[in-house]
Amino acid sequence: MSPHRTPRRTLLVGTLATSLAVTLASCASASGGGEGDDRPLYVVGFAVPEAANEAIEAKFVETPEGEGVTFSGSYGASGDQSRKVVDGADADYVHFSLEGDVTRLVEAGIVAEDWNQNETQGIVSDSVVVLVVPEGNPDDIQGWDDLTRDDVDIITPDPDSSGSARWNILGAYGHAIAAGGSEEEAAAYLTDVFANVAQWAGSGREATEAFDQGIGNVLISYENEAILARQEGKPYDYVVPDTTLLIENPGAVTVDAHPAAQDWLDFVLSEEGQTEFVRKGFRPVIDGVEGIEVEGANDPSDPFPTPENLLTIADDFGGWSAVNEKFFADGALVQQLREAASQR
Amino acid sequence: MSTPTLAATAPGSGPAGGPGAPQRGRRRPRGVEALTPAAGLGLGVAMLWFSLLVLLPLTAVVVTALEGGWGTFVDVVAEPDTRAALLLTITEALGVAVVNVVVGTVIAWVLVRDDFPGKRVLEVVIDVPFALPTIVAGLVLLSLYGPRSPIGVNVVGTREGIFLALLFVTLPFVVRTVQPVLIELDADVEEAAASLGASPATILRRIVLPSLAPAITAGASLAFARAISEFGSLVLIAGNVPGETEVASLRILKFIEGDRYASAAAVAFILLLVSALVIATLDVVSRRVARRG
Amino acid sequence: MAESTLTRRGRRGPLTYVLRVLVLVYLLLLVAWPVSLIAQRALLPVDDPGGLGPFLERLTEPSTVYAFNLTLTVAFWAVLANTVFGVSISLLLVRYRFWGRRALSVLVDLPLSVSPVVVGLALVLAYSSTRGWFGDALGSVGVQVVFSTPGLVLATAFVSLPLVVREVVPVLEEIGTDAEQAARSLGANGRQTFWRITLPSIKWAVLYGVVLTAARSLGEFGAVKIVSQGAEFNGETATLLVQNEYGAFNEPAAYAVALVLVLISIIALVVVTYLRPKEDRA
Repeated sequence: MSPHRTPRRTLLVGTLATSLAVTLASCASASGGGEGDDRPLYVVGFAVPEAANEAIEAKFVETPEGEGVTFSGSYGASGDQSRKVVDGADADYVHFSLEGDVTRLVEAGIVAEDWNQNETQGIVSDSVVVLVVPEGNPDDIQGWDDLTRDDVDIITPDPDSSGSARWNILGAYGHAIAAGGSEEEAAAYLTDVFANVAQWAGSGREATEAFDQGIGNVLISYENEAILARQEGKPYDYVVPDTTLLIENPGAVTVDAHPAAQDWLDFVLSEEGQTEFVRKGFRPVIDGVEGIEVEGANDPSDPFPTPENLLTIADDFGGWSAVNEKFFADGALVQQLREAASQR
Repeated sequence: MSTPTLAATAPGSGPAGGPGAPQRGRRRPRGVEALTPAAGLGLGVAMLWFSLLVLLPLTAVVVTALEGGWGTFVDVVAEPDTRAALLLTITEALGVAVVNVVVGTVIAWVLVRDDFPGKRVLEVVIDVPFALPTIVAGLVLLSLYGPRSPIGVNVVGTREGIFLALLFVTLPFVVRTVQPVLIELDADVEEAAASLGASPATILRRIVLPSLAPAITAGASLAFARAISEFGSLVLIAGNVPGETEVASLRILKFIEGDRYASAAAVAFILLLVSALVIATLDVVSRRVARRG
Repeated sequence: MAESTLTRRGRRGPLTYVLRVLVLVYLLLLVAWPVSLIAQRALLPVDDPGGLGPFLERLTEPSTVYAFNLTLTVAFWAVLANTVFGVSISLLLVRYRFWGRRALSVLVDLPLSVSPVVVGLALVLAYSSTRGWFGDALGSVGVQVVFSTPGLVLATAFVSLPLVVREVVPVLEEIGTDAEQAARSLGANGRQTFWRITLPSIKWAVLYGVVLTAARSLGEFGAVKIVSQGAEFNGETATLLVQNEYGAFNEPAAYAVALVLVLISIIALVVVTYLRPKEDRA
């Protein structure tokens, strides 16, 4: 062996270890002092509005109310994000896919009960359910009925954690009813769709990732997600079905929020805030935000065509509590149909 | 010859104490004594930390899993998707262990008995999967076997993809447990056998494999244990289709995200049981080997 | 002396070459090629500006700097805890006889076989402020574990716990107690014996354990994912950032951070592989 090499090796390892220790220690102390009084405003959102919220943040900090405010954003499956806030994650402003995810925070005392007593009933962004396909629509997907074809593999998120998933399922079911089907026929249609699902992704965004990785040939998603993906250069087209569901995403400020949180919510609902939403593909929740070119939309100058038959949770499904009880509770319709579909 | 046993990461495979390894370190060292008061205090503190960090949280998992009674636990585990996830995880892990037994032994053999320029680089390459953060491992495989693969292969969302990721993360285990044993194995014996007319197959079967068997078993168990618990590298690769490409760890994550902690704990409990079983087996194997040596 | 008994004879049949090629191809396809592609994806992304400048820009984003900072902080405390614990428990396991010693030596290995997700779940069930066993107790003294840095440290320390022990125990067994007993008989007290005799003889093992622990700590993902808030500037470690950026249509940033993590692991490996003193082992 080569004992004469030892001194050099000793030196090297010693130096490496020391420098590692010093680096670690200096970093430890550096970031230890980072927790100051001016903490960021914690935005907790569902999977897809990060780009839009960051655009609004950039505008907000230019206003007198927003001067000096910094943001920390966390995005993921709506249900999971809501659970984390209940479990103690920091949140000043929540932007969820589903009303129920805010309701859970109200029950935990984290959001005030009157959170939806404003002009938009607590809703901060709108969208519709669309079908995303590869560029050129090679499989000629035109609407909901095509989803039960044998050659179709669907990507949609998992309704246990994702909000997007619930909108998608209700859109499909609503279409079957609107087409004149009975509840049994709608359930049978939904089972056929479920049987074609190639992946139940964790969140709306993870569904897009899977689709991007080449799994499936139809992605059921938010219209804004389709537009954003196209803005990011993804080679997709999207189809707005004739009958589809209006998606309404709630936003709320928490009880012990950052002092600027309410101003932030007001700004999000202002014309300026909504304009940024529109630019990223969301439909506005207030009137008067018009004439904006939306890059990535099918027709940028008329980005949000009104579908022939636009369903809403309130008018066509009797509100969220009825929907959750009928469709999404433990052992309810969706779970039954998924099990039926997986038996095939 | 350097024998960088990063498999020091592997239970029972530390440099001198490896299963089947030369048993120098196994002889009971002289001077083992009863606890002094100071050592007793140290043991107390160490045990307190170990309990707070490891034992209590794991107990919490077991208690949560069984809180609702045995029936609830069985219900969760018998749920078709959960059962399928556990089954898939265990089958894939077994398959990966088998492949590692063959490939890992061959790699170890090449590292020890063959010599060629750049061999030392291989030593590092073999440990890369262990040192790489698991999420990065997923990203790494995605770049060659994902949607924009330069060789046109896309295994994302398939069982083959899961298998590939598990092969990647378990690569070092068998290699690093077999390698030190092979180094100690005297080639003279093989040559003597050959000169007495034994065929290579006979030498392999009668001389080499029996000496390597304990190390191979140990390495395979470690690879198996790692494979059933793997998470990070599968996040970006496994399709997570319940019943088809969803593994146990991702099933647990889905339960957590869906706010079903009891169900998550139930699946976690099964994984813990399997791991414990593997560790116990390994302990028995290495002790038997130590006695024989 | 070890070298001569290794006996790598020059006798090579065709099988030798076949196996060599097989091994090289396997390792190339499984490890070397994919890993090297990371560098390409990081430095020359498909749709975004490539080159060193944009690469460094992606790494100096404030949220990325925060992520590395947090990762290093967490790793520092995890390494510290595991080094102190690892050396003490190794000494206890090797030098003392006590009830449950064998069980403990098996249990110490357990963390390596526990799924990271289960580690995260276990810590949540024990220490979460809302649903953990000790949540209320911790809350009453104003300590938050889950969703804050202490939780990250616990998760990281958990998964890398056995690495120092694994390195130190065999060396301690190997060196025996002669020198220590000699020192004692010459009147050295316990502390002097430890610092003057024991520690110098295990220093390499401790160092390698530390390097391995550091590498593992910097790269921990699964357990951290469960116990962290995962928000930018708020609990997002380097590995979480990789996943989040990958999901945010920002693959170049994900690959840039991934490349840094790859380089850190390879450096750690080179340190362990090439600088490990043979004397300790032979």
